[in-house]
Amino acid sequence: MNSFMTKTLKVAAGLALVVSLTAGAAMASEGFKEPEDHHFTFEGPFGTFDQAQLQRGYKVYREVCSACHSMHLMSFRNLGQKGGPFYDPKYKNPNDNPVVKQIASEFDVADIDPDTGDEITRKATTSDRFPSPFKNEEAAKASNSGAIPPDLSVITKAREGGANYVASMLAGFQPAPAGLEVAATQHYNPYVHGALATSWKGDPHKVPLGGVLAMPPPLADDKVAYDDGTKATLKQEAQDVAAFLEWASDPHATERKQMGVSVILFLLLMAGVTYAAYRQVWRGKH
Amino acid sequence: MSDHPSTYEPKSGIEKWLDSRLPIVRLAYDSFVDYPTPKNLNYWWTFGGILSLCLGVQILTGIILAMHYTANADLAFDSVERIMRDVNYGWLIRYVHANGASMFFFAVYIHMFRGLYYGSYKAPREVLWLLGCIIYFLMIATAFMGYVLPWGQMSYYGAVVITNLIGAIPVVGPSILTWLQGGFAVDNPTLNRFFSLHYLLPFVIAGVVVLHIWALHVVGQNNPTGVEIKSKEDTLPFTPYATVKDGLAMIFFLIVFAVFVFFAPDAMGHADNYVKANPLQTPSHIVPEWYMLPFYAILRAITFDIGPIPAKLLGVTAMFGAIALIFALPWLDTSKVKSMRYRPVMRWFFVLFVLACIGLGWCGGQLPDNLVFSITTDAHGNPLGLKVVWLSQLLAVYYFAFFLIIMPWIGLKEDPLPVPASISEAVLAAHAKKKG
Ligand code: HEC
Ligand code: HEM
Repeated sequence: MNSFMTKTLKVAAGLALVVSLTAGAAMASEGFKEPEDHHFTFEGPFGTFDQAQLQRGYKVYREVCSACHSMHLMSFRNLGQKGGPFYDPKYKNPNDNPVVKQIASEFDVADIDPDTGDEITRKATTSDRFPSPFKNEEAAKASNSGAIPPDLSVITKAREGGANYVASMLAGFQPAPAGLEVAATQHYNPYVHGALATSWKGDPHKVPLGGVLAMPPPLADDKVAYDDGTKATLKQEAQDVAAFLEWASDPHATERKQMGVSVILFLLLMAGVTYAAYRQVWRGKH
Repeated sequence: MSDHPSTYEPKSGIEKWLDSRLPIVRLAYDSFVDYPTPKNLNYWWTFGGILSLCLGVQILTGIILAMHYTANADLAFDSVERIMRDVNYGWLIRYVHANGASMFFFAVYIHMFRGLYYGSYKAPREVLWLLGCIIYFLMIATAFMGYVLPWGQMSYYGAVVITNLIGAIPVVGPSILTWLQGGFAVDNPTLNRFFSLHYLLPFVIAGVVVLHIWALHVVGQNNPTGVEIKSKEDTLPFTPYATVKDGLAMIFFLIVFAVFVFFAPDAMGHADNYVKANPLQTPSHIVPEWYMLPFYAILRAITFDIGPIPAKLLGVTAMFGAIALIFALPWLDTSKVKSMRYRPVMRWFFVLFVLACIGLGWCGGQLPDNLVFSITTDAHGNPLGLKVVWLSQLLAVYYFAFFLIIMPWIGLKEDPLPVPASISEAVLAAHAKKKG
């Protein structure tokens, strides 16, 4: 029975492999538009952040997004830490960085007066967190037609597609295609992961890609005026703020990749030495 | 092996003094220096050492994480982010721990398939195999509870789905569920007990690993021929031969590990787990970590009731049954030959089994109603074809048949190839073949 069985089994194994390879290819397409590739400077194993871009991105966040979105994991001092938008090698301690100090002092934060116990507001210091735009979730909902603007501290990690998704989505708002019912408070966006079949009145096989958000398109050409002379197009703003959010989501990314290169070089060296030892030890024993 | 006399000779005064009071250096010497290993072990045998390394790495990084982590439903998510941002090298420690769990499972799966292929579960190694299965089961429990700790969306909903399975047990299920969750839903008490157990279980694993290695040193290692050690010619001392080989394999393993930690640290995670748990917003697609996906697919493959038994209970039974069968393996295999090198039929069933496990893993990550491929379209033009759940069912049938039918039956029917008389003979034959 051996040879017959083995032959059949080999065929079965081969067939299983072929099926699995073709199955992957035939998978139904997802219901959203794939994000564009924005060729960010931080992509790849050697990529690093472009500090000028981080500064522009912070400006967009501060002047536009922070009206609705908190970043409660970020402190002002983070802006001046190594790799950050306002890092200056002269100030190893970001709390001494005058740019960061200046930025912090432009914000007011709630505090308790240590002498009287009264609730007061004071100027923020570098160690304070970014203030949140809303007192609580209820207030956030009330101002945003029932939706809560998500905290942006880790947003690029919290979305499939990361910074490419965020940039594509921000620059990707479009008028809803005819036949799609979109509530007045909602905004169509082809990059958003949503299910539109129920609000689609057209051909059921041509449900448009994408979804709707309660966020009105936040960016447009010249929404901000860049200090470094860069032209503030919609796409530029979207990419800059996405880069800033990527940095904020993973502030140690550059340090991590640099360490990775050294660690792997070291391990390769160790592998070489150990392989030589292995050859020596096992000579004639194989 | 136990009949291998100790050759340790204490040299210095202090060694002699200690040896006559607690012969711990002798134990280490006999176990890791002079211990005879079959000389034909291949690289599939290096994963035991790699697994010990993994456990050490998880415990070390875990203890440091626990110093900074806060087990509280309101604070856990932010405390993990604080580790990533503000603790010195916290990002490194956490990424090593999170990716370390995946690497640990990758290694344990290779280790287990190795045992399966070379018949390492067969007499006299049944207890050794059972102890390994217990380690694997404890690893699943530990990793599951660890994944809940960062309290992201997948953490939370993973905990909800898995604990609710217990509720499917008739009569006592609901009470056990409440007891397990510490309330009527997954909440702060659940998180706290999971943290406590996640800290405890790795040390239980370490204890079982000691028993596993003890059992190994009683019966000796199996080897690619599956022929037991016959003479001293068949073996080489553990040090330096196995140590240097294990060391080399560990370094290559660490390179793969480092690529993930430093260049793709979130590749094996899920984006939703960077969203803080929200009991009011169920994610559209709840999936466990990759290493649990095959069992998740088996769970969801059962979509039908059988008589009075509801589908959910059947699914849970199938899922735990799939793990239980691994324990029963030594008594399911009827073959007289250990290594599948000499089992021309069985080795192909083995290949199919590996493919079935990978296929189940793939299915576990898909929505059950998705199509694997479409064949035609219905009257409304909707694609019709093989649904993921049907493929899961097919593969689950093969999974169970492999243990319950193929193992016992082929063992009796198959004509094995001639097995070498000894390990040395096999090694010499291989040399002759290489020289041509
Ligand atoms: C007028 C208030 C408002 C402003 C200004 C605003 N957003 Fe939003 N944003 C929202 C709301 C509300 C949501 C939640 C939408 C929903 O869930 O439907 C949201 C959602 C998002 C999301 C998540 C989308 C998803 O995939 O779920 C991102 C990312 C985002 N905003 C980024 C930004 C950025 C970057 C800016 C600044 C350029 C910005 N937002 C400005 C209100 C705002
Ligand atoms: C068998 C060994 C272990 C395995 C398989 C394991 C697995 C895991 C997994 C999968 C996570 C979630 C990772 C994430 O996405 O963040 C985790 C988190 C965690 N583990 Fe472990 N672990 C082990 C040992 C330990 C030990 C020994 C400790 C403590 C003494 C520990 C402490 C923690 C802590 C505090 C977290 C939460 C922080 C975090 O999410 O990164 N672990 N573990």
